[in-house]
Amino acid sequence: MLRAFTLLLICQLAGESTAVLTGLPIPGPVVGLAYLLIGLMVYRKSTPWLDDTASGLLRHLSLLFVPASVGLIQHADRLRAEWLPLLAGVVISTIAAIAVGALTFVAVTRLTGHPAQGEDHKP
Amino acid sequence: MIASTPGDIWVYLADTPLLWLTVTLIAYGIGYIAFTRSRSNPIVNPVAIAAALLIGLLVITDTSYETYFDGAQFVHFLLGPATVALAVPLYNNLPRVRRAALPMMAALAAGVVTAVTVALAVAAALGAETQSLLSLAPKSVTTPIAMGISERIGGLPSLSAGLVVATGITGAIVVTPLLNLLRIHDWRARGFAVGIAAHGIGTARAFQVNQIAGVFAAVAMGLNGLTTAILVPVLANLFF
Repeated sequence: MLRAFTLLLICQLAGESTAVLTGLPIPGPVVGLAYLLIGLMVYRKSTPWLDDTASGLLRHLSLLFVPASVGLIQHADRLRAEWLPLLAGVVISTIAAIAVGALTFVAVTRLTGHPAQGEDHKP
Repeated sequence: MIASTPGDIWVYLADTPLLWLTVTLIAYGIGYIAFTRSRSNPIVNPVAIAAALLIGLLVITDTSYETYFDGAQFVHFLLGPATVALAVPLYNNLPRVRRAALPMMAALAAGVVTAVTVALAVAAALGAETQSLLSLAPKSVTTPIAMGISERIGGLPSLSAGLVVATGITGAIVVTPLLNLLRIHDWRARGFAVGIAAHGIGTARAFQVNQIAGVFAAVAMGLNGLTTAILVPVLANLFF
């Protein structure tokens, strides 16, 4: 776990440094994600110690959102004034994005002739 | 200092990081128990419950967000390494992902552009301010990425975090009835779409319904993180 955590932090640190040095608008941890992915592709396999730590961190991913969500308390006035446009924007765009994403996926699957292999859902 | 009354103990503890870190974990635990008791109903979201409990507690005890965050930052800090860790499931599913590369790329492009432009168009039409719009733009990606983008383009990171959670809950609630209505039966398409639109909360929902849907949702979440991180700052420069 210590090894894996060190590796994750090294990737993040390299990512943050890259983002700052190049002035890229991409967040540092995302660059770190790309570095780790490239590393795994070059190394051609993951290891149990990395898999275990990664799945442990990701299993409780939603806990990590809590402190930032509590930060909404700082925006009480803004939310009172703008709750309707923000809520409508969130709900309508989420419905639209799911529909468009799924329909596009299915349409391109048909065009390229790669139907689901035994992965169909029969409700 | 020797605390002699409960009030003295409170005064002492309220200023230490330990108290608010512990309370954050307890609040999440309560939310998580409520979620499992409801048989994983997506409306009973643990993050929303924990945040509501904590906000209530901060208001009642007249504690500032800064004091709270002194403790909660230890949890918050883990968002960075957790984002990097998303590379691992992405790597482990590469073969499956490569086979569906073309439909995925098309769905990703269409889904990301839809999520961002529809959200901005609707909110702007209903009168949201510029800074609110900038905070809304990255709401379909997982919180750490959304907050990073929001900060970069001049939005309010903590407002973005709240909007991200709201988006995730919406996606988890609507995905099954919506896609049944549209008669889309391919689990890969269903999972991928909810991963694009509703990040980690949508992905957790997809895993509950079907394993393949979950894998494709996780991949979509990772790819959308990269795509939105590149696309939104460009769009923000163009329009604001």
